[in-house]
Amino acid sequence: MVLYIHYFKIQFKSAMQYKGSFVLTCIGQFLVSFNVFLGVYFMFRRFHTVNGYTYGDILLCFGITLMEFSLAEAFARGFDSFSSILSNGMFDRIMVRPRNEILQVLGQKIEFTRIGRMLQAVVMFLYGVGKSGVEWDAPKVFAVIFMLLGGTALFSGIFLIYAALCFFTTESLEFMNILTHGAREYGKYPVNIYGKKVLSLCTFMIPYALVQYYPLLYLLDRGNLWYIFLPAGGFLFLVPCYGLWRLGISRYKSIGS
Amino acid sequence: MRKYVSFFKLRFVMGLQYRSAALAGIATQIFWGMMEILMFRAFYEADAAAFPMTLQATCSYVWMQQAFLTLFMAWMMEGEIFEAIVNGNISYELCRPIDIYDMWFARSMANRFSKALLRCVPVLLISVLVREPYGMAAPVSAQAFFLFWITLFLGAFVTIAFCMLVYICCFFTVSSVGVRMVAVSVVEFFQGGVIPIPFFPEKIREIVELLPFAAMQNVSFRVYSGDLAGKALEKAVFLQVFWLIVLIAAGKGLNRIAMKKIVVQGG
Repeated sequence: MVLYIHYFKIQFKSAMQYKGSFVLTCIGQFLVSFNVFLGVYFMFRRFHTVNGYTYGDILLCFGITLMEFSLAEAFARGFDSFSSILSNGMFDRIMVRPRNEILQVLGQKIEFTRIGRMLQAVVMFLYGVGKSGVEWDAPKVFAVIFMLLGGTALFSGIFLIYAALCFFTTESLEFMNILTHGAREYGKYPVNIYGKKVLSLCTFMIPYALVQYYPLLYLLDRGNLWYIFLPAGGFLFLVPCYGLWRLGISRYKSIGS
Repeated sequence: MRKYVSFFKLRFVMGLQYRSAALAGIATQIFWGMMEILMFRAFYEADAAAFPMTLQATCSYVWMQQAFLTLFMAWMMEGEIFEAIVNGNISYELCRPIDIYDMWFARSMANRFSKALLRCVPVLLISVLVREPYGMAAPVSAQAFFLFWITLFLGAFVTIAFCMLVYICCFFTVSSVGVRMVAVSVVEFFQGGVIPIPFFPEKIREIVELLPFAAMQNVSFRVYSGDLAGKALEKAVFLQVFWLIVLIAAGKGLNRIAMKKIVVQGG
């Protein structure tokens, strides 16, 4: 942990060396997700509700999903660029050090520019809180916290799979974007609006629904209390991801120079 | 002219080489298209009367958008050009007896068309197989189909001409990151990449339809299903031609200024 804090400081300092570029990238991040938000806004100007969700409900959902994704992307960014760590031989250096590999890979890159997206997610969430008229009490606050934790774990898990697959293919795989960026794009609406099949896929295959849809139901007074514990599924999901990563390492033959 | 044609051919064949990348892209795009359609279905079920296009036309729009993604997406800009401007390799290109604007235009065209050719057929084939009304419908008439192709090319040219402006801006700013991000976001939203332009609120839509961005994918995808016809269509095609001329003229003008001022730093 101490080591990670150290990495964190170094990364932060290096990002601050290029302040202009940093700010611009943050603004860019903000703009890109602002597009998606405008899309949602325009849709709701026209339709008002979808599947019984109001504009405010959707903003809550979108805000939380986007926060989870930004957090995961900021901290698990090392996995995202893992193919280059592999192919330039950096991973061999990591292997010979007497520290955990995942920790070191994570420390290679921490993307602070995601703060632009995070900021937007927070604003959207707060706006959603005001708009949706949810009456807050302790379990609901916990539900949001659990959602954030579980969701960040889930997305990090997907980034981990993304990296683990690089052991087998060396190149990063574009179709994995479906799971990461696709989930962010379409996670703006609660999963059940896409229909039953998608919902069950997202419950049992890759547990998006556990961190997003079910706890959201509780927030909106439509679900049971135990739904707030479902985001634990996000952490459970890390187990097979880690398994795949171990399998990848055990098969790893050095590449690159 | 001949040298640009051969340049186009060269790049086109090069683009066709990246087949496994295309395969991954196809899988992504089919998934994307399906999710998009499921989303529109949910809104359709919520309030069918508020739907500005028919559901069928919307679905066709989404499928075409996925199939021809590489023609219209602004982020499909050429990294090599930005690199050349930053690292000074541009000076080699300037030594050649060719017009740099025309050459880059040919190059972008080749890149976009070759990628689109590889990707559009499988995506369209699968989208035709999806059951009605969620799949890709047949064009409303032979005339619409013909116009679809013409406006498709016009739209792609407008997109390229716009991207050319972004390249040339880099001569002045050197770092391309900021300009690129803003341009990409603006283009994507206002050309109807996030939601089709008919879904915009009425007042905003009227303005947006006059912008060059509406002359990109918007026209051809809507002509195909008959959503755009008659007077509105005439106006849209006129705007496409108008913007194409304006953008090219602006690009060439700006390019001339940039060429006068250009300083190659270092060797």
